[in-house]
Amino acid sequence: MDRLLAVRARGITKCFGDVVALDGVDLDVARGQIHGLAGPNGAGKTTLLGLLLGLAVADEGLLEILGTQLRRALAAPDGVAGFVDGPGLYPSLTARQNLAALAALRGQGARAAGVDDVLDQVGLTDVADDPARGYSLGMRQRLGLAAALLTRPRLLVLDEPSNGLDPAGKRHVHGVLNRLAANGTAVVLSSHRMDDLQALCSEVTILATGRVVFSGPLGKLAAENRELDYRVLTSDPAAARLLALDSAGIRVVDDAAPRHDADALVVRALVPAVDELVVRLVRAGIALRELAPVVSPLEAAFLALTEQKETGG
Amino acid sequence: MTVTVAEDGDLGAQGLEEAVAAPRVSVARAYRFELVKLVSQWRIRLLVLACWIVPALFVAAVSRQSTLPVDTLFGRWMHATGWAGALVMLGFAGTWALPLLTSVVAGDVFASEDRLGTWRHLLVAVRSPRRIFAAKALAGLTVILLLVAGLVASSSAGGAVAVGDQPLVGLDGHLLTPADAAGKVLLAWVCVLAPTLALAAVGLLGSITLGRSPMGLLLPALVALAMQLAQMMPLPVAVRLALPSYAFIAWSGLFTSPAQLGPLLIGIGVSLLWAVTATVSAYVLFMRRDFTDAAHDGSGRSAVTAGVLPLVGLAAVTVAVVAAATGATGSGIEQDKVQRSAATAFAHLYRLQTRQLNRPAVTEAQLKVTASCDKGSVKVAAEGPGNDWRCVVSWHLPGVDAVGTAVYQLDVTPDGRFMADGDGPKEVNGYFLVRTPTGDAPNPLWQFDGNVDLLATSKG
Repeated sequence: MDRLLAVRARGITKCFGDVVALDGVDLDVARGQIHGLAGPNGAGKTTLLGLLLGLAVADEGLLEILGTQLRRALAAPDGVAGFVDGPGLYPSLTARQNLAALAALRGQGARAAGVDDVLDQVGLTDVADDPARGYSLGMRQRLGLAAALLTRPRLLVLDEPSNGLDPAGKRHVHGVLNRLAANGTAVVLSSHRMDDLQALCSEVTILATGRVVFSGPLGKLAAENRELDYRVLTSDPAAARLLALDSAGIRVVDDAAPRHDADALVVRALVPAVDELVVRLVRAGIALRELAPVVSPLEAAFLALTEQKETGG
Repeated sequence: MTVTVAEDGDLGAQGLEEAVAAPRVSVARAYRFELVKLVSQWRIRLLVLACWIVPALFVAAVSRQSTLPVDTLFGRWMHATGWAGALVMLGFAGTWALPLLTSVVAGDVFASEDRLGTWRHLLVAVRSPRRIFAAKALAGLTVILLLVAGLVASSSAGGAVAVGDQPLVGLDGHLLTPADAAGKVLLAWVCVLAPTLALAAVGLLGSITLGRSPMGLLLPALVALAMQLAQMMPLPVAVRLALPSYAFIAWSGLFTSPAQLGPLLIGIGVSLLWAVTATVSAYVLFMRRDFTDAAHDGSGRSAVTAGVLPLVGLAAVTVAVVAAATGATGSGIEQDKVQRSAATAFAHLYRLQTRQLNRPAVTEAQLKVTASCDKGSVKVAAEGPGNDWRCVVSWHLPGVDAVGTAVYQLDVTPDGRFMADGDGPKEVNGYFLVRTPTGDAPNPLWQFDGNVDLLATSKG
């Protein structure tokens, strides 16, 4: 498939002293794509995002950003923006002053740079003249995104942009990112929250201990055939439990149900076994009131992949 | 404009857009950015306000008090001229204000980015550590200059308003016209910019090497304090002059006639060398820093060593060069020099007293003042600092055969300053007031300050 790549990484290795932060990482991000980066703490996500922003160069491997091969630090081409380790804001300045100062660095006035417009996009217009020191984490994240938007990025790199966002803030941020992607901007974002990645990303790369353990469409990740825990709520919990214990391919997980939810039954099984259990419950005259995975299939896949990697599996 | 396209043609139609190299932010824009950040901080605003207001209030208030800060150079003249207030403020600034101001500004200019976690943001925005360093150093310097300008302007204005634009009595007793006094006050403040720059550079170095640690912020103040303590010790002249803090003291040489420029110029030169060395060390350490390492909040022990060693080396070399170039050994405070300084100051101040008392004018040449000074008991050599100097001053008056004599106790500090305290006779120097035709007035011969040129040869 002919792909329009904003990021093309091959065999990226980066070490800090004896610590191998990235070990032979490959990454392709197409223009107009929102690409998620997931992995446990210390997996190398922030290091990879730092390389994409041009903060450092890889010790080995090839990295092309917007068609430019990066050979030295801080040489990322124009159009690359974002933040790692949280947005960089100056608490003594207001949101508007923070953005105006950044625009002035690029030789633009606040109006010409569109400061008001980006503040509006991220939903901070009402608090634009308040000092950033009083901002919540979510507001800081949105202001960091606004700062990145000022540069009209073609590659946007965001480290945990959903941290601390309330539902309204999340809606603003997701809306902005989707609009950017629709206009051809590539977005690479890291997140611990699989629901965010699911809501935003078409592709995801999972890192564990500096290596890629999965890269591809989210659908492919979710479709991996593995056992999940399901919470089952019925009209007769005791009878349902006996039925589950008697069903092939079903294991009752006694310690997984929350204490306040004593009527819930948690079973671990593959999808076909769960289907069979549902049929048997209905046949036995037990009403099924709720059936849902305890963790999402994506998260389960993520946990399975990263735990397997960390335990050397 | 740089146009780069991937060689393997992996980019499609959109990929064939020009990949434009990011524009580099000029030092001027980065400097403006840094200034905006600095000036937006409340503590910097408060400092600016304080430096532009408090000295005027202090000088005006003290000048109107009956008790003057006689322990501070020129403090005893605050009733007499407004220019003394600016010099009292200068003495205070060299001891406390300037080290603390440089700590707050220069000691935090890099560390604040560590504290706020904004380094990566700044680097992505500016794309050049070299320019960031230049912009931060210049912005810090600008704020420090603004603070110093406030101290000068405010203290001068406070003195001028409270006391007036009167002549100033120099450190050897000679009278400076108001215009001369104004010029020398300004020049003295300009001279202390050199050690201030040295402390500011040490602040930059501490800010880079110690990162978030409060020690980075305190470093200029601690270095200044250590050097002040060293100046209070009986060190050899070469060591004393090889410390940048000496320039905080040596400006007093401007207020003698002729001016004692040797120590002042050496002090300024040493200070500038410290400023350059500390700045270069800070720059090298900053450029070596790996900003992708999130755990890094300073440059660690090796960087601290790398920052300290050049300055220690510079101090050692400077001591050797100053000692070789000046031939100065020992304390620099010798009997001949003390006698000469005391006699000169007495002669000038005697003329001042003569004018106060409305007596016939005499010249220094007619007075032929001599001083015979000794230190402690006869068993102790008459040299070095101490409060046990005793001088007998003799003078002649035209048409009078008798030789006038007056006794002084001198407290000579290791930096060459002395305070002469009159021991009589009462009519000359034994009482703090003299009766003039217009009423009682402060007696200029009762107590006076003087300065021994540490580098002058003993035989004059």
